[in-house]
Amino acid sequence: MSMNRVVITGRGAVSPYGLGVQQLLDGVWQGRSAVKVMEAWRQISGLKSLLAAPVPPFDAKNKLPRARRRSMGPVALYATLAAQEAAADAGLSEAFLTGGEVGAVIGSTTGSPEALAALYGHYLLDNSIEAIKAGEFFKIMGHSCSANVCMTLGITGEQWAPTSACTSAAQALGLGYLLVQSGRQQAMLCGGADETHASVTGVFDVVRAASCRNETPGATPSPFDLKRDGVVCGAGSGILVLESLDSARQRGARIYGEICGFGHVNDSEHIAHPHSTSMARAMVRAMAEAGVSSADIDYVNAHATGTEQGDRAEAQAIAQAVRGSVAVSSLKGHFGHTLGAAGGLETIVLLEMLLRQELVPTLHLEDIDPDCHCVDLVQHLRPQAIKTVIKNNFALGGVNAAFIIRRVEDDV
Amino acid sequence: MMSDDELRRKVVEVLAAEFELDPAALVPAATLYDDLDLDSLDAVDMVVVLEKTFGLKLSDEEKLRSIRTMDDLFNFLIELKAKQA
Repeated sequence: MSMNRVVITGRGAVSPYGLGVQQLLDGVWQGRSAVKVMEAWRQISGLKSLLAAPVPPFDAKNKLPRARRRSMGPVALYATLAAQEAAADAGLSEAFLTGGEVGAVIGSTTGSPEALAALYGHYLLDNSIEAIKAGEFFKIMGHSCSANVCMTLGITGEQWAPTSACTSAAQALGLGYLLVQSGRQQAMLCGGADETHASVTGVFDVVRAASCRNETPGATPSPFDLKRDGVVCGAGSGILVLESLDSARQRGARIYGEICGFGHVNDSEHIAHPHSTSMARAMVRAMAEAGVSSADIDYVNAHATGTEQGDRAEAQAIAQAVRGSVAVSSLKGHFGHTLGAAGGLETIVLLEMLLRQELVPTLHLEDIDPDCHCVDLVQHLRPQAIKTVIKNNFALGGVNAAFIIRRVEDDV
Repeated sequence: MMSDDELRRKVVEVLAAEFELDPAALVPAATLYDDLDLDSLDAVDMVVVLEKTFGLKLSDEEKLRSIRTMDDLFNFLIELKAKQA
């Protein structure tokens, strides 16, 4: 059985820079930090990190009808708006989108933390379910993003929802890639989402992995930098339309790039610690599947979140799996770690790098950690010919994912 | 004590806010499901907001299910208010 080639034909984003892919790209290319101090969090006992890169406020009433919004917390709302933009960007006709040949695989760390807190706050404090509204469960369920996206866009194909924290979007892209490659679906809307909440930042705070530079929000996180002090959580949603090359060509769709390899391994070592050998193994498997050698890789878009352990493990894994001279940067310095959305939003920016033939630097990287200096860390916007790149995402719980993405020329 | 007219006005006000409807559409003859486009999930939320607004307990499921129009709802609440007062 011949397998389909899988290309990316649409992009949609809700990010700490606002609504839409253009806002995201403008923020990144202008080198703006989207990190802020969350003043209300000062009231939370024990929370040392008051930093986040939230989605700026907007009026959702103008975006979606009430009957759709009633089952959405912020996380599903972001996913839905991003999915609408991605479908429109890909030029998917109503008939194609709703005809059963298009599915959705959209993950998040959990359902909406805001809705979870409201529901359990009432349930636990009052020992009652009496005032709980009918839409609340649909905001907190694990597949809230994918379900709400399918309902709103009229998608009748396969619905999936990987929930693996920081690799939710990466796993979604991986699963979408497999479904299109195998021919089960002609196209898939893939990605992830997450929202800003003190309890989410608190997860990193508890394990001493959150940045606490509350006095200088515009200078943190700083992946690969000697002075980095941890993660800043961001919010939003990044959605991509994955489609078979045949379908894309038939529709005359614009092709942003091709996913030609997906490495996905579990490290089975430690629930929280990164594992360099497993990171390398994911990249090696992705390259093998794509039929490319390490010499073919022009750039690696790192997961690097700004923790000492994670940044070092990844830099060393890249040096081992690819080579020491390969260009590497992380986007976390710009808009924080958007968790379940990271693989989606970062891939959107990576596709733009392929389009513009420019490498975006790691924001705030000034004093390179010697233990990360085993690769070529990009510190300034760099024009460079790039054709084949790697996208990494890793998650707590031992998940290691790597993609090979290639620029598609007209003649291939 | 709230008059029946005040109750009707309050019902229109809270339901218009809850379901983002034009208050002018909430006339006595308007049907909840067809004219106002509400559904079974909205019916649950309607009970929640009305209980909170009026401090009443809307527990007669059979009567609740029989409500078709805004006028049915007004009359149901007026009767209940008289009973629970």
